Amino acid sequence: MADGMKEQPKRSLSGLDVKPVYTPDDLAGTDFARDLGQPGEFPFTRGPYPNMYLGRLWTRRQIAGFGTAQATNERYRFLLDHGQNGISTDFDHPTLTGYDSDHELAEGEVGRLGVAIDSVRDMDDLFLDIPLDKVSVSLTINHPAIVLLGMFLSVSEQRGVDWSKLRGTVQNDSLKEFHGQKTFALGPGPSLKLTTDIVEFCTKHVPNWYTISISGYHIRECGSDAVQELAFTIAQGMAYVESALERGLPVDSFAPRLSFFFGCHNDVFEEVAKYRAARRMWARIMKDRYKASKPESMRLRFHTQTLGSTLMRQDPQNNIARGTLQALAAVLGGTQSLHVSGYDEAFDIPSEEAMRMSLATQLILSHESGVTNTVDPLAGSYFVESLTNEIEEAAWGYISKIEEMGSGEYPIKSGMLSAIDTGYIEREIARSAYEYQLRIESGEQVVVGLNQYQSEGAQKLELFQFDPEEEEWQKGRLAETRGGRSPADVKSALSSLKQAAVDDKNLMPTVLEAVGALATEGEMLDTMRDVYGEYVDPGVF
Amino acid sequence: MASPPTNIKVLLAKLGLDGHDRGIKVIARAMRDAGMEVVYMGMRVTPDQVAQTALQEDVDVVGISILSGAHMRLIPRLTKALQEREILDDVLVMVGGTIPEDDVEPLQKMGVQGVFPVGSFTTLMTEFITANVSRGRSAPQV
Repeated sequence: MADGMKEQPKRSLSGLDVKPVYTPDDLAGTDFARDLGQPGEFPFTRGPYPNMYLGRLWTRRQIAGFGTAQATNERYRFLLDHGQNGISTDFDHPTLTGYDSDHELAEGEVGRLGVAIDSVRDMDDLFLDIPLDKVSVSLTINHPAIVLLGMFLSVSEQRGVDWSKLRGTVQNDSLKEFHGQKTFALGPGPSLKLTTDIVEFCTKHVPNWYTISISGYHIRECGSDAVQELAFTIAQGMAYVESALERGLPVDSFAPRLSFFFGCHNDVFEEVAKYRAARRMWARIMKDRYKASKPESMRLRFHTQTLGSTLMRQDPQNNIARGTLQALAAVLGGTQSLHVSGYDEAFDIPSEEAMRMSLATQLILSHESGVTNTVDPLAGSYFVESLTNEIEEAAWGYISKIEEMGSGEYPIKSGMLSAIDTGYIEREIARSAYEYQLRIESGEQVVVGLNQYQSEGAQKLELFQFDPEEEEWQKGRLAETRGGRSPADVKSALSSLKQAAVDDKNLMPTVLEAVGALATEGEMLDTMRDVYGEYVDPGVF
Repeated sequence: MASPPTNIKVLLAKLGLDGHDRGIKVIARAMRDAGMEVVYMGMRVTPDQVAQTALQEDVDVVGISILSGAHMRLIPRLTKALQEREILDDVLVMVGGTIPEDDVEPLQKMGVQGVFPVGSFTTLMTEFITANVSRGRSAPQV
């Protein structure tokens, strides 16, 4: 068998050919000054900053959220006490999809995979005793982003924290919801409008806030390969830029506040190449295509989450090794912040022990591995540079296809809307997911413990214990909120919100008014669904 | 032994608001490639909608994917809805997703015949179906 394996041409995880040896000939067309430049300089291939981790280590940002706001607030404080330096919120499915905790479809999911937020009162509890002007907060919310950000801004205001001091992120990547994560509420057009409302509002009133975290992570979790993850993420980013330009915002006014979010799989060099290609592509797109002039508009910065879908139930402690490899790749690729998924993720949301391990993985990489001692250590590798070029070229193939689906002054924006409507992106990803599964089932792709090297006897993990009473508690809290407010104020605020939607105005001012009147998330989203229509899963496979 | 059934019809769906649909779409393709007829209802459907569709479509198999942890709440409602329509004994009920070991037996007691945790091979599922769908369906009239 060993002899037979030598005959096989090697491929990266995403199917790119990998040669046994790379030489200077592989970089014959590469101009190092033009294509790489110095770290912190255009086209930022080597990193967004000149000194990278020598200046400041990446932010250790483990996402967390479960049960009630109080329970999650305790976890945040645990993480902050154990070496974390940023907060990332995970909302439950009802919150992500814009339903209140007492909605029929919410049964069994309230607070289950994230924290339940129904009104601004819950948002206030979530950040109890956490200084909002000091800790950066990432709100992982998309179609209802305007409502949750509105609640967060309202809490900040009540605490006397000036909006200019807030330096968090709202995910607000509405387009990827149709082919990644799938927590959509509204159709592609209206949800893109809301994304752009946030960009516009924050550019004027919350200047240090990151307005969109343009996300490939969920696309990858849905089974795309690295090239598709890169291509669709960049295309989403271009669609947001075009939508903001169409709104009349100058490119350099909003582009510096866009950030990115990628996943990280097991193929170390392919992942590093993906991140480096992403930076170079974005820099050139922003400069050449959208005529940005500030370097901050061109330099791509990103958060990484190691992929839960790579984690196995079999021998779960093996997942610590997978998380370490993936985290290493993210750091070698120059990530600005990192979440290492819990080794028990194939069973449930992570236990405290698993999160402690994930943070330790990050700390060991930071302080023991030596990989942070120099900037972009893999630059100049014949293999990595060559793979970076190939991934970039392959990604452009998809982006050009999307552009061909569009028209007019903003062809990527219209092309993305059309690619979503026709199910093109969804089918491409589903095809990759299926092919990957077939490779695992045939044994062509080895997954240790799953299809080879299975061990006898299963380890029993101490898993996260969910408290089922929290759903009832949350429903009680919601009823209490509804009972303690002025119905006339709520009605009037929701009717203003509706009018703003009908008039195609920026919805943030009326959302803030409704938040202040203690309108619930579900009520605000229902108002929007009334005007824009509800998006229903087309069930493409 | 009965002859292998033909024209097996499978209904797939995701209950609740859970958006993790990578697995069920892979399974949908695998079952289609194995020669089965697949009806995929998509996400965000209720147990009643699944049972009603199972009845109307006269399916052999109902396959549910749940990665939200809500299976112990939603599956009893599904089996009850199938029972109310008197089809629980006629369909093969399969559940996949993030199902802890300890929940397998209680699910089986509710009437779920096959439980397939994340990572399960699709071949295991198609084999399970062909081994357990007892009635052969008549070929469609042309």
